[in-house]
Formats: sequence, structure tokens, C-alpha cells
Amino acid sequence: MIPATNLAFAALGLAALLCLLRLVRGDSLADRIVAVDSLVLVVVAGIGVHAARTGDDVYLDVLVVAALLGFVGTTTVARFIERRGA
Amino acid sequence: MTGVVDTVAGVLVVAGSLLALLAGVGLHRFGDVFTRMHAATKPATLGLVFVLVGAALRASEEGAVMKLLLVAALQFVTAPSGAHMVGRAAYRAGVPLRISSGVEELRRRPAAEDDATT
Repeated sequence: MIPATNLAFAALGLAALLCLLRLVRGDSLADRIVAVDSLVLVVVAGIGVHAARTGDDVYLDVLVVAALLGFVGTTTVARFIERRGA
Repeated sequence: MTGVVDTVAGVLVVAGSLLALLAGVGLHRFGDVFTRMHAATKPATLGLVFVLVGAALRASEEGAVMKLLLVAALQFVTAPSGAHMVGRAAYRAGVPLRISSGVEELRRRPAAEDDATT
């Protein structure tokens, strides 16, 4: 189980790096939101992998809150784009 | 028995993480925002659900399993609607469509016809 989660953490780390790269290089504001949204997904997946690795369920509340905040943030900035323009 | 459950959970977790990595790669392979959203939502959501189910298999007590499955269910609802909002906002804000994303049908039909409920 441990080597599996090591591989999972490595893949998630690379995914987060790619999301950050897109965040920096994003052509428009909408690109940046998409990057941040998938970054939040990577964070939530990371907490899930941690829960799978150690079996402790302390951080699962953070998981729920992070998933919801990611959605609320995305929709809020989406409304902001409509007014300001990308 | 626990050996089998652990290996299944491990496979699920690794598959989910590789899907999240696929989403990250997809962000760079596509031309513009609208095609990138496909990459950012679909595989990432499926990958997240795999990871959560893998973690749920190994979770010790009842509450933990419920939280994990709750987030998986929430993700299925929120990811498409969030991406739809971003896409609509980006289109209205005038983000240019690269030619690679195909025909722009929304422009050819006048807006009035869209709302007409015949």
C-alpha cells in the first residue's frame, strides 16, 4: 500500500506542477480559473491519498470543505469574468 | 481478505492519481479555454472518484466512508456545472476560439432564436 501511495503522490505532484504552469501561463483569466479548479481537485485527491495511506480520518472534513470551496470559488470568479471580460 | 482489499484500494488510488496527471497534461495539450475545460473536469473528476473510493475501501470507521462517498457524489454534481459557468462566462467575455476547437455554431444562430421556445 505504501509504494502505491508513493506513486500516487508523485503523480499528483506532477499534476499540481502542470496546473501551476497553466496558472502562470494562462492565456486568459478563464484559463487561470480552470487551472485553479483542477489544482483544488489535485489537493482534494492528495488528502484522499493520505487518508488511504495512513487510514486516519482526521482530514476528511477538510476534503469535503475543500471540494465545496473549489466549486464556490469557480462559480464566483466565473460571474466576475462576465462583468469584467476575460 | 484484507490483502485483496488493500491491493484493490492501491490500484484505485494509483489509477486516480494517473488520471489527475492526465488532466494536468490535458491542460497543456489543448488550444483554448473551451477545449481545456474538457481536460480539467472530466478525467480529474473520475480520478478523484477513484481515489476517494480507494480511500473508502481502507477507511476504518463508518463516518469516514460516508464523507468520502459524499465528496465523490458532490464532485459529480459540481464539476460539470462549474465548468459550464466558466465556459459560458468565457464565451460571453469574448475569449477567442482557436480554430482547433471546431465550428462556432453559437455565433451563426441569432440569440433571439436561442431563447424562443417554439
